[in-house]
Amino acid sequence: MRKRLVTLLLTALLVMAAWPITASAAPGGTINVYNWGQYIADGTDGSLDVIAAFEEETGIKVNYVTFDSNETMYTKLKTGGSSYDVIIPSDYMVGRLIAEDMLEPLNFDNIPNYQYVDESFRNTAYDPDNLYSVPYTWGTVGLIYNSKYVDNVTGWSSLWDPQYAGKILMFDNCRDAFAIAELRLGYSINSSDPAEYQEAANLLQQQKPYVQQYVMDQIFSKMEREEAWLAPYYAGDYLTMVEENPDLSFCLPEEGFNMFIDAMCIPKGCTNKEGAEAFINFLCDPEISGRNMDYLGYSTPISAAKEYMDPEVANDPVAYPDAETLSRGSSFLALPTESTQLMDSLWLTVKTAGGNTSFYLWSSAAVLILVVGLLTIAKIRKKRRIARRGCSRRPENP
Amino acid sequence: MKSKWLSGPYVIWMVLFTLIPLGIVFYFAFTDGAGQFTLANIQRLGAYLPILLRSAWMSIFSSILCLLIGYPVAYCMSKASPTRQKIYYMLIMLPMCLSFLLRTMAWVSLLEDTGIINNALRSLGLSPLPLIRNTGAVILGMVYNYLPFMIMPLYTVLIKIDRRLIEAAQDLGCNQVQVFTKVILPLSVPGIVSGITMVFVPAVSTFYISQKLGSPGAVLIGDVIESQFKGAYNPNLGAAMSLILMALIFLCVGLMNHFSGTDDEEGVATL
Repeated sequence: MRKRLVTLLLTALLVMAAWPITASAAPGGTINVYNWGQYIADGTDGSLDVIAAFEEETGIKVNYVTFDSNETMYTKLKTGGSSYDVIIPSDYMVGRLIAEDMLEPLNFDNIPNYQYVDESFRNTAYDPDNLYSVPYTWGTVGLIYNSKYVDNVTGWSSLWDPQYAGKILMFDNCRDAFAIAELRLGYSINSSDPAEYQEAANLLQQQKPYVQQYVMDQIFSKMEREEAWLAPYYAGDYLTMVEENPDLSFCLPEEGFNMFIDAMCIPKGCTNKEGAEAFINFLCDPEISGRNMDYLGYSTPISAAKEYMDPEVANDPVAYPDAETLSRGSSFLALPTESTQLMDSLWLTVKTAGGNTSFYLWSSAAVLILVVGLLTIAKIRKKRRIARRGCSRRPENP
Repeated sequence: MKSKWLSGPYVIWMVLFTLIPLGIVFYFAFTDGAGQFTLANIQRLGAYLPILLRSAWMSIFSSILCLLIGYPVAYCMSKASPTRQKIYYMLIMLPMCLSFLLRTMAWVSLLEDTGIINNALRSLGLSPLPLIRNTGAVILGMVYNYLPFMIMPLYTVLIKIDRRLIEAAQDLGCNQVQVFTKVILPLSVPGIVSGITMVFVPAVSTFYISQKLGSPGAVLIGDVIESQFKGAYNPNLGAAMSLILMALIFLCVGLMNHFSGTDDEEGVATL
């Protein structure tokens, strides 16, 4: 009897688990937010828990999911299956989503806090008419290194330095990785010339023997624990890392670097557009933005937010470089589809290159011959055996 | 008739979640992004043949290692007293209760350059060892993660061996070694075959272990397939790769069954 009860309970549990989550809807509904990993203040280290504050103020429940690269996010949107209300991709990805008609135009009447966004972050190249996106953060991509082991870092070429072999990390997404190679070669990071792509791919392949791993968010722990000494990554994340390991330093390379804006958008297929706009509006509130950036270390596109920030963070030259340094930076633009595909396939070649390929081919061929040989021998032996036995026994396989 | 009805739910399940998805894989493998029929994906596969073979070799090697480690364990287990058997069984199954990802991450923090082992070596004044990012580490990860899949079928087969057969062999003058090679080993062949299959199939398609423990210069086919679906958004090439991987698995498993079939026959014949 007890057993039956347990079974019943388990069945009930299964049914409950399958019940749609919307059954327990919050008064203001639910929104699904899809953001980069470690990219919102979550209440740790004495910061503000932004999502909890939003839920409390509006009564809208937030389901928060993260991605580790723009490409992952794009694939997830493209393959469908799940709907998101707010996504926070980077500039070039916003451009691509707009071009492929995957974003909803925003209703700025519901986002009054947009007035605080600085003029320089409006009418951007990726969203020239300000229809689809509201900037969340901006920042630069630079070289993070551990000054205990590495010195004289001035440019990207350090990532190709054999003396640091095995201690170098590299971006695990093709756009950022190719940008570094293109900058080293002196090409534009928005080039669509196949020959330049090929050269960049060759350069990345040259780097491969020295690379410890191709990673994204793992860079945090690897750099903090000194498992790796050199890594290209986002300036804001450097500020988070340096709190854990003060030996880390940051350099904006002389060859130039990428400047990015991550912007909040609403993808087609969202289920709670008003809730999503309320969330975007909430994040643009200068006080919220300031306290959020305090934790993130990324730069805010809302100057009014700076007065709510720790003055040390608000004046940090890593987060807010001077105009002269910024003039070396360039932003990503959306690339034509053929260029993206070419870059993807070249990136795959880079990542799959290496290893002792001929060894595997030859050993496999040898084994194949051996197997075929054994099979024929076994067949011949079996035939002989059957012939020897004659009709005295029934064959095993009639 | 009744038994047919009982298997109904599973048949529906299989059609919905095995056959139809398989059809979709075929569809993607033979079409391009726009849905037009093409053989381009299959033609591109040639470039990835070395990676496929590398995956196959490493999985075969891991399977053999699992067998060498697992067989004595399963044998001793089957000889132990019933209470002990239960304890051993639980101990072997215990790591499986933890997430596969967590177990692999644990190996990473053990083997890293600044990991537990190397830090211990350093504090003893020894020089650190290159433990991670090589083929050995990937094989270690595979063996560690899939060893229970080898031990379980072996154990199940070994405890079922009729003790009277062993006694009969001893009565007829077999020594320990002969009893093992002539009676126990042939009778445990089905366990060996299913154990190797259970280790080989997940190992050849794994992607997480090689990403965390392997070197960036030695990716496995699972990594490439993952990248096509996750980052590059080229499900067509990814599907073609999955198809060829499936063909390879069928080939290997088929070959093994073939050999084990003849072995089994002889085993029965000698008895």
